[in-house]
Amino acid sequence: MPARLSELSDEYNVTQDTFSSLLLDPEIPCPKGLVSPSGKADAKRFSVYRNNVVVGLTGALADIFPAIQRLLGEEAFMSLARLFVADNPPTSPLMFKYGAGFAEFLEAFEPLANYPYLGDVARIERLWLDCFHEADAPPLALDALAAFPPENLGDIVFEKHPAVRLFSSQFAAVSIFSANRQSAAMDGIDPAAGEDCLISRPDAQVDVRQIPQAATLFFQTLFDGHTLGEAANAASNLDAEFDISMAISTMLEAGIFSSCKINNEDLGETGQ
Amino acid sequence: MSKKIVGASALAGAVAMALSGATLVASTTGASAAKEKCYGVSLAGKNDCAAGPGTSCAGTSTVDYQGNAWKSVEAGTCVSMAVPGDRKGSLEPLTRDLPA
Amino acid sequence: MLNATPRPIPADHEYLAECSVPARAGAGLKGQHVDDILSDEYKMGFFEVHAENYMGEGGLPHQALTEIRNNFPITVHGVGLSIGSEKGLDKDHIERLAKVVDRYQPGIVSEHLAWSTHDNHYYNDLLPVPYDQATLDRVVSHIGQVQDRLKRPILLENPSTYVAFEQSTMSETDFITEIARRAGCGLLLDINNVFVSATNHKYSPEKYLSEFPLGHVGEIHLAGHAEDKDDDGETLLIDAHDRPVADEVWKLYKDVVTQMGPIPTLIEWDNDVPEWRILRREAKIAEAILDAVPEHPLLGERHASAAE
Repeated sequence: MPARLSELSDEYNVTQDTFSSLLLDPEIPCPKGLVSPSGKADAKRFSVYRNNVVVGLTGALADIFPAIQRLLGEEAFMSLARLFVADNPPTSPLMFKYGAGFAEFLEAFEPLANYPYLGDVARIERLWLDCFHEADAPPLALDALAAFPPENLGDIVFEKHPAVRLFSSQFAAVSIFSANRQSAAMDGIDPAAGEDCLISRPDAQVDVRQIPQAATLFFQTLFDGHTLGEAANAASNLDAEFDISMAISTMLEAGIFSSCKINNEDLGETGQ
Repeated sequence: MSKKIVGASALAGAVAMALSGATLVASTTGASAAKEKCYGVSLAGKNDCAAGPGTSCAGTSTVDYQGNAWKSVEAGTCVSMAVPGDRKGSLEPLTRDLPA
Repeated sequence: MLNATPRPIPADHEYLAECSVPARAGAGLKGQHVDDILSDEYKMGFFEVHAENYMGEGGLPHQALTEIRNNFPITVHGVGLSIGSEKGLDKDHIERLAKVVDRYQPGIVSEHLAWSTHDNHYYNDLLPVPYDQATLDRVVSHIGQVQDRLKRPILLENPSTYVAFEQSTMSETDFITEIARRAGCGLLLDINNVFVSATNHKYSPEKYLSEFPLGHVGEIHLAGHAEDKDDDGETLLIDAHDRPVADEVWKLYKDVVTQMGPIPTLIEWDNDVPEWRILRREAKIAEAILDAVPEHPLLGERHASAAE
């Protein structure tokens, strides 16, 4: 290396500030200080880094949002993903956490205004991956409630399993998510009909269950630390047809709780 | 909370039914079609290996031309799934400049 | 409290106390291969995982890796620490790495001579650093920070690069040699990266390897690369990890292990990942080369004569 390198002016020093500002903007030319063997700046060479970043991050979004990709088609999805990536590079080296804000991005994107359910489908996909990576905990045994005297059932409180989420959509986001995750047809789905779902991980696999609105209230009431009796009342008040038995079967099957006990308000405890 | 409408015996009956597996049977035999639809199970389908994106220490030979233009959604299946109403929108390609 | 039966994952993560990595061929672990690997009669020498993919709290990734760890030695390869970062390391990320290392007790922990995070943005690519004194001091300090936290030495991997920094004042091999000496770390020699960078910057890979401090190398990486052209029409190789190892890289590998003796050797295949049997075939090629290496490698003699 020639000795004069130490006397070079700063414009040849390519800082990480400079380098990173160029990565997501294809309009800015390759900086002078990054060279090929011929000693000159080489746009193609720098574009390898840009390409790695853009392809890597748009590919990550495609992995997180496969239903959105199927809905939009690959070309349109990648085109959109590129716009998202340029404005929202990841803030964590954990790629499975990327894509928060993609739902809002889809909703705000004017050419997609006729597809207002896309945001909620993206939210379900993001929640799916959150549940996939959540902490392990043994789910409540299927027969756990059999251990309690019948007269005390109404006083039981539950501890939520970490890998559980509830989601309510004013659109048919659950059916649309499901059809597109399974590459199935969407015949018969009315996109404007609201749907709720329960996302859980009873074993290593993530399940998404469509549930009635009253069941969402039932589970949310339990998540908030209220008793089984209080949750049943709340759900039954919302919907007189609410099927408590079905909801209890579902919550046990879906493994949404890790423990339960009789609420003893005298001791001021609802969980441990 | 809400006015009490679920009595202790009703709750006990519901729990007993859940524990007996009766509701599970109903949901899988189609005896209760409406309920089956409401409590659709495992809609996510196959997720055998999908863990979302992994981290890479490789470059890529896939070339992204990094156009700045939004391309049409014509290729997608969602064209048949527009939500009717007065929402504004177009499937025509739209050029959007990347922020500096 | 009522609980279900205990989950299959041991809560205290009790693995074999020792995890020494044999001087055999290993493969980068891919989730889609786990079942095939566990049912395969052929037992790979070891498996390497990217640390960041196991920084979630729980679920299938940890279940799968636990199974693998109970049956094979593993190595942990970090890709997100951004050791070359101008703005210091992310302490939270060091803690996450420490948690993975503590949980799985890998035989080797490695990272890259590169940066990937700047101003809280993560670019998911291994970006190059200039080879100058300021960068050297910074990288040495960062490696020290990581090693102090992990309480063990790490290996640092040589990069594939596509551009050179005019501000560089030393060669890559001098830079890496000095890092190993000052930081007390080991080195991960990626021979595909050597070939890619040598081609891209028009130097001889043989000469590079003759200047590389092989005595510090604890592991070798091999992978496939793609070919492109730069603005001048010159060959530009891309470290794509998407195909079999190139013949030229196999040849360099043979030369290196003939000098060094057998050493843990990883086949990386990260894009267009093939069926398990294809990846296994690459590993078996490396294994055959390792098997043919003489018991008394030349490197020992060279060291002995250098000491005289």
